[in-house]
Amino acid sequence: MAIPHEFAYEKPETLKLALQLLSDHGKNARLLAGGTDLANQMKQGFRVPQILIDIKGIHELEEIRMAGDQLYIGALATFTDLRNSRLIMEKVNILHEAAGMVASNGVRNRATMVGNICSAVACMDSATPLLVHESVVHTLSVNGEKKYRIQDWFVDNRKTAISEDEIVTHVSIPIPEKKYAGAYQKMMRYSGEDLSQANVSVLALSEKQFRVAFGSVGPIPKRSLKIEKLLNTEGVSTETIDKAKKMIETVIAPITDVRATKEYRMHMTKVMFERALLAAMERFKQPRIISY
Amino acid sequence: MKKISFLLNGESRSIHVEPSETLLEVLRDRMGTKSPQCGCASGGCGACTVMLNDKTVRSCLIFAIETDGQEIVTLEGISKNGLSPLQKIFLEHNVFQCGYCAPGMILSATELISRNPHPTLHEIKEAIAGNLCRCTGYTPVIEAILELTKQEV
Repeated sequence: MAIPHEFAYEKPETLKLALQLLSDHGKNARLLAGGTDLANQMKQGFRVPQILIDIKGIHELEEIRMAGDQLYIGALATFTDLRNSRLIMEKVNILHEAAGMVASNGVRNRATMVGNICSAVACMDSATPLLVHESVVHTLSVNGEKKYRIQDWFVDNRKTAISEDEIVTHVSIPIPEKKYAGAYQKMMRYSGEDLSQANVSVLALSEKQFRVAFGSVGPIPKRSLKIEKLLNTEGVSTETIDKAKKMIETVIAPITDVRATKEYRMHMTKVMFERALLAAMERFKQPRIISY
Repeated sequence: MKKISFLLNGESRSIHVEPSETLLEVLRDRMGTKSPQCGCASGGCGACTVMLNDKTVRSCLIFAIETDGQEIVTLEGISKNGLSPLQKIFLEHNVFQCGYCAPGMILSATELISRNPHPTLHEIKEAIAGNLCRCTGYTPVIEAILELTKQEV
């Protein structure tokens, strides 16, 4: 299938040039990294940019590195880069696990994590791991740097808080001082292509504290402080897990579509919440973080 | 139109492209490289798989213009000097029927073996996932890769 419209293409070698292009073309421009979402959206006529600004020439955006207690993931880091990164495996095991479940190897070799949260399609895989890790999205425009807390980033299905003159340069993840371990659960029909019908991330922290987030069961991914409070004050038991599952009904708002019914999504989110919680607790007990 | 140059199966090639042309369209329709095919046109089926800088990618989701100065290998490049050991064992096991998924399967398995010469069953399944086969199923492909990678131990 061909792209039904013509457009211009630029590949700036520096952030400064990219920002200038973006500032010149405003909403007529679209940034291109992996392009796995964008090419599809352009084929469908959902996006009709007049110019694509390919940022793959800006090599500083490729890095995955630690600085102080922050882990930085650049805008050009692909899901394969995340899978192959020892830092990601050891510091954010939940993101490592989720990255391995994104589409197929051929897509992961190209698709970037930042592109995933910029497309912000409700079924994205990287959002809930970033939510439970209280990540921050960093942007740059001709007017300077800006930071968005990840919970403020997602505005609606396919809509983020970014303005048209901003480029996401990286995401930062604060690494907890004490021990922690995460678990990601994704409901899909088969691996290799399928989008998530629902996904759950649970992060187990020291002092029996938990963070919980749900994805693909509403227009935007959602962390639930209410469920966290229940687990963190009353502890994890059969009773509190049942209470939390009941609470999920008021936290998420799944819809029925071609991939699953809302009833099935609701039911499975409860099941996956329990699985993720128990898996995170089990992993927390291990002497060191194990990759999945 | 912009002139781009890349290494295609080891040969330097140049061509004028529109930014809107996908790599698949340029390779297949304009350069006569017929192994990548259009299946789903949305990155889901694997029929358009090529290797870009040693990694398998979906050529239907890449603009040809993005590949200026880069290296592309298609199935034609893999068998340039005769069939690879992987292709030979695929033949022995009769893993393909219609062959539509063959380029994607072969390139995906080639990428896997180059990085991981002795993959586990799980790693093989993971590597070929996203290459949809509607004829023989996946078992013969998996068994052939297992046999090949065990032989090399």
